[in-house]
Amino acid sequence: MEFINIIILAIIVNNVVLAQFLGICPFLGVSSKVSTSIGMGAAVVFVMALANFVTYFIFNFVLLPLHIEFMRTISFILVVAFLVQVVEIILKKAAPPLYQALGIYLPLITTNCAVLGIAILAIQKNFNLVESVVYAAATAVGFTLAMVLMAGIREQMELTGVPKGMKGFPISLVTVGLLSLSFMGFSGLVK
Amino acid sequence: MSKLKYLTNGLFKENPLLVLVLGTCPALAVTTSGINGVGMGAATTFVLLCSNVLISLLKNLIPSKVRIVAFIVVIATFVTIVDMTMKAFVPDLYKSLGIFIPLIVVNCIILGRAEAFAQKNTVFLSMLDGIGMGIGFTLALGIMGSIREILGSGSFFEIRLLSQEAKTMLLFVLPPGAFITFGYLIAIVNRIKSKYNI
Repeated sequence: MEFINIIILAIIVNNVVLAQFLGICPFLGVSSKVSTSIGMGAAVVFVMALANFVTYFIFNFVLLPLHIEFMRTISFILVVAFLVQVVEIILKKAAPPLYQALGIYLPLITTNCAVLGIAILAIQKNFNLVESVVYAAATAVGFTLAMVLMAGIREQMELTGVPKGMKGFPISLVTVGLLSLSFMGFSGLVK
Repeated sequence: MSKLKYLTNGLFKENPLLVLVLGTCPALAVTTSGINGVGMGAATTFVLLCSNVLISLLKNLIPSKVRIVAFIVVIATFVTIVDMTMKAFVPDLYKSLGIFIPLIVVNCIILGRAEAFAQKNTVFLSMLDGIGMGIGFTLALGIMGSIREILGSGSFFEIRLLSQEAKTMLLFVLPPGAFITFGYLIAIVNRIKSKYNI
């Protein structure tokens, strides 16, 4: 039951993009086509779950025993940057088809503040290892959901006449605002 | 006179938030009130100024292959300083900015200026650039925070403009209001830029 709660909260109620404002840059940058959105989403699920898995151990078995919790930000960002590189190298050697599908999105993820943000939030919420990884994966699924929805809307928007001043970022942001408004309808779904 | 250009560049012409559209996550999340916006801007300005100066001092020592990692470590160090200082001296502000203080480290403005400016220019120019960009970002956050605060809670920097019972547009302090306000602000800036050819 607890896991279902965490999953529903992370995907729909507290959607990472639409309610928590994490990962806006890749969200606006990549969400112009449905197919690329799915690719990016898959890469994010993978890296986020892995990052939370590793940072859990680093925080509880290195930073806490040594009483250097203030090193959290520095160590976590290095872990994320390092993980992205490692995942890229391993995928290239071990699973070339998967690398071809996800490869170009991997470097973009280092600068995705959602990865670092979720790792820190999981520590703040005192999740255990399994909860932390489930939370990260569900959050990333929420990210993908938002991105695919947005990409679908954007593909339609290409065909409509947008006023000159509103073209590009402004109309996208207003659209995201309306999307976020509709997601607010889910609040109260779980306690 | 020509050096003044580096300082004023970030204020409007290349405003990091409204023109370059960098650092959108904190801009959307913390601007529920004018004070939060300015607080976040000040914290970012400090990190930007310090990292710009240090990176431009170290530019000849950092091998270009590992420069991004080196920049991130420098930035993360200053972010940790800000994090601990704010926790000690302004606990209320620290609480309302929350997770977005440690996340200054992945704010694209800071790494962007390190990569595009500080590693190629002198210490003094990098300092001017850091101050200019920082003030531009703070200004944009302050404006956005004020708009949302006035429309959403009927106050301006915590000074009440409307009576306690007045109905305000609560939407503007909630997440959708952030996106909509930001969208229209960029549209207005685009319009001004094209009209006056700045």
